[in-house]
Amino acid sequence: MSDGFDDIQAIFFEECAEGLACAEQGLTAMAAGAASADVVAAVFRAVHSIKGGSGAFGHDALLAFSHSFENLLDAVRAGRIAATPAVAQVMLAALDVLSDHVAAAQGKAALPDDAVALAALETVLTGGAAPVPAPVAAPVAMPVVAPAGDDFDFVPVGVDLDLFDDLTAPAVEAVSEPGWRVRFVPSRAALANGGEPLLVVRELERLGGIATVVAPIAVPPLRDLDPEGAYLGWTIAMPGTVTEQDIAECFDFVVPDAVIEIVRDAPASMPAPPQPLPLPAAIECDSCPPLPPEVPAAPTEARTSDSQTQTIRIDVAKLDMLLNLVGELVIRNSILSDRLAPVDQQRAELPQLTRLTREIQDNVMSLRAQPLRQSFSRVPRMLRDLCAETSKRVALEISGENTEVDKSVIEKIGDPLTHMIRNAVDHGIERCADRIAAGKPAEGRLTLSAEQRGARIIIRVRDDGRGIDRARVLAKAIEIGLVAPDAVLTDEEIDQLICAPGFSTAERVSNISGRGVGMDVVRSNVEALGGRIEIESQPGVGTVFTMILPLTLAILDGMIIRLAGQRYVLPLASVVESVRPEPGQVRRVTPGAEVIELRGEFVPVKRLGDLFAMRREAAPSPEESIIIMVDSDAAGRVGLMVDTIEERREVVIKSLDRHLYPIRGLGGATILGDGSIALIMDVDALVAAVPAAAAKYTMKGLAA
Amino acid sequence: MTKTILTVDDSASMRMLLKATLTAQGFHIETANDGEHGFERFQEVTPDLLITDINMPRLDGFGLIEAVRGIHGFRGVPILVLSTEFSDEKKTRARTAGATGWITKPFNADKLGAAIRRVCP
Repeated sequence: MSDGFDDIQAIFFEECAEGLACAEQGLTAMAAGAASADVVAAVFRAVHSIKGGSGAFGHDALLAFSHSFENLLDAVRAGRIAATPAVAQVMLAALDVLSDHVAAAQGKAALPDDAVALAALETVLTGGAAPVPAPVAAPVAMPVVAPAGDDFDFVPVGVDLDLFDDLTAPAVEAVSEPGWRVRFVPSRAALANGGEPLLVVRELERLGGIATVVAPIAVPPLRDLDPEGAYLGWTIAMPGTVTEQDIAECFDFVVPDAVIEIVRDAPASMPAPPQPLPLPAAIECDSCPPLPPEVPAAPTEARTSDSQTQTIRIDVAKLDMLLNLVGELVIRNSILSDRLAPVDQQRAELPQLTRLTREIQDNVMSLRAQPLRQSFSRVPRMLRDLCAETSKRVALEISGENTEVDKSVIEKIGDPLTHMIRNAVDHGIERCADRIAAGKPAEGRLTLSAEQRGARIIIRVRDDGRGIDRARVLAKAIEIGLVAPDAVLTDEEIDQLICAPGFSTAERVSNISGRGVGMDVVRSNVEALGGRIEIESQPGVGTVFTMILPLTLAILDGMIIRLAGQRYVLPLASVVESVRPEPGQVRRVTPGAEVIELRGEFVPVKRLGDLFAMRREAAPSPEESIIIMVDSDAAGRVGLMVDTIEERREVVIKSLDRHLYPIRGLGGATILGDGSIALIMDVDALVAAVPAAAAKYTMKGLAA
Repeated sequence: MTKTILTVDDSASMRMLLKATLTAQGFHIETANDGEHGFERFQEVTPDLLITDINMPRLDGFGLIEAVRGIHGFRGVPILVLSTEFSDEKKTRARTAGATGWITKPFNADKLGAAIRRVCP
């Protein structure tokens, strides 16, 4: 693994994102009145880590802001300020600014104006901490203020040298500065905690010091000698060029009760030292202050016992590699089973191998599965921003955020989700006044839900806004030449137009949407994932955007069918049953449409060969074919007429090359047991492509 | 002989940064991502120096230091706390628990090296 600075920084930003999400969750819980100590501690840790890293990577603005934020969180954690919903709101607002700061540090955005948020934090901090203001409210002199030279020239270590402040001579006398005399008598405790006084002496020597006197100090009679005591004292002459701070730093870790004196040698020709030193300047120079007589028994409160499970971070590339290998294993497994004689196939070993392979596959898939929460957790913040920008009021309801989806899917739904929500708030939900006028509650409602259905994941964004204004959409589509002026479109087709490239009805270009990129991007992203977008809209009642996505992008349970001598794969998830029609069971109702009568119902039948526009000399008659009944989200139940069914098998999806992708109805390809290639069909697209084929192909063409 | 330093921090970037910084200064670095893990790793690698963060899940830095100092053979191993916190109260607690010294984040490579040499021969 490379540990270049940029790589480490990239990881830091990843942690920031996680930390922000975690803090968002915690604060949201707090705002809802559920503030347990664990929640507060988790939020604190998240912000604290951001602060820690930001300093290390030289992001001063982020450091400064997270520091103020942390101060308040510390006060809340310590119970000095109650974790009320009101306080949580202030912190949520601060969190938004913090996340802007993170974005700025990443170079993704300009530095945010954090004055308001800082003031709000400060108000809560000082107001709430009235009884014990001192420790928290005091603006702490942090290394924050030190201007960093460049990115990697760190801000100096924040060693507490306050105790020296009144001693530090302005040290402006130039030329031959008098040397220092340092006296050091370690205490009995010097060797405790792994301390080693000799190392201090060595370090002073490295700075040019010379030990002039090393003398035992008050050595008692042998009988009284404490074997763990320290009885040596050093006097070390240091050159005058060394700063007092450098010398003092050598004593950073020396226990408080040691004698440490740092004195300038009296210069012969110079007037009195610039500042009279307190006589035996026994300085307790240490970053740890002296122990108070009664040590406050360190309570175990800080041991927040998170039920957090231990995790390790794995490079996704490794997981992908593993997934690929498992895919190969699955294929080899089926090749092996193909090659074995039937007698051998019956033996225990093959089924065992198959079962193991399957388990490995399931496990690898679960490694990549992640709850949708990650994608959903960004939504509340986004919504708050949107509401602020549009001055609308929207309540958010989220469900199904624990639904697990393959990582590759999660990564790719972020943008579509964002667009859908922006769209819903900007175009869907009305202003408060309009809502009240329409007899709706002033506050709009946005519902974000996810559920798993079979091998699909369904994500819905539902708003209770004004719905799609179809007349306006159609007018606009005609205006920009998307449809012919005399075209007659169904409501569904009009709704689909908003996904056309470059389409926007927004009269003014707002910050949020209306730049003409949006829903077409959503659609192409979702389609690239092998999914679809559905739009349902009722004027005045609201709009539902539904993303239907495959649960995984890698392995599929498929039915191998044969058509015109070629094998294809139909996803088993959409297969309901298969029928060998009796003569007369399939009837032609119009020249272009056939139906099958099945248990008293008529189901449309499509000849797969026709859908792919295969010109076949002698296409088998329905009676010589098999009709596979499939359920599709777009067109309900449809029968697909194929030549034969070969088998059911798991196939590893390989994506199609770019030039094949525009072919609607193909979802990918796979390698079969004998090494040949079979195309995988996308049933929904296949079936949906039929009714308004022309219009959709055109739109698709524009999108490509 | 190369000194082994165990660094315990729940932030991966901080661990990597420490590792990169200190490896460049000739140390061998082992890492752990929280107090409990740190205590396990400590017993496995018996480092020459422990550098630990304070705020960590599961077991915090204070707990880790107490755990290490609770084992007689480990009393002489120097322990540095590397934290963004800097309150006297926290430092006192660290000292009581058995820390040798305290470095406030963010750290500077040279100063960190100097601090390490101050406690680790």
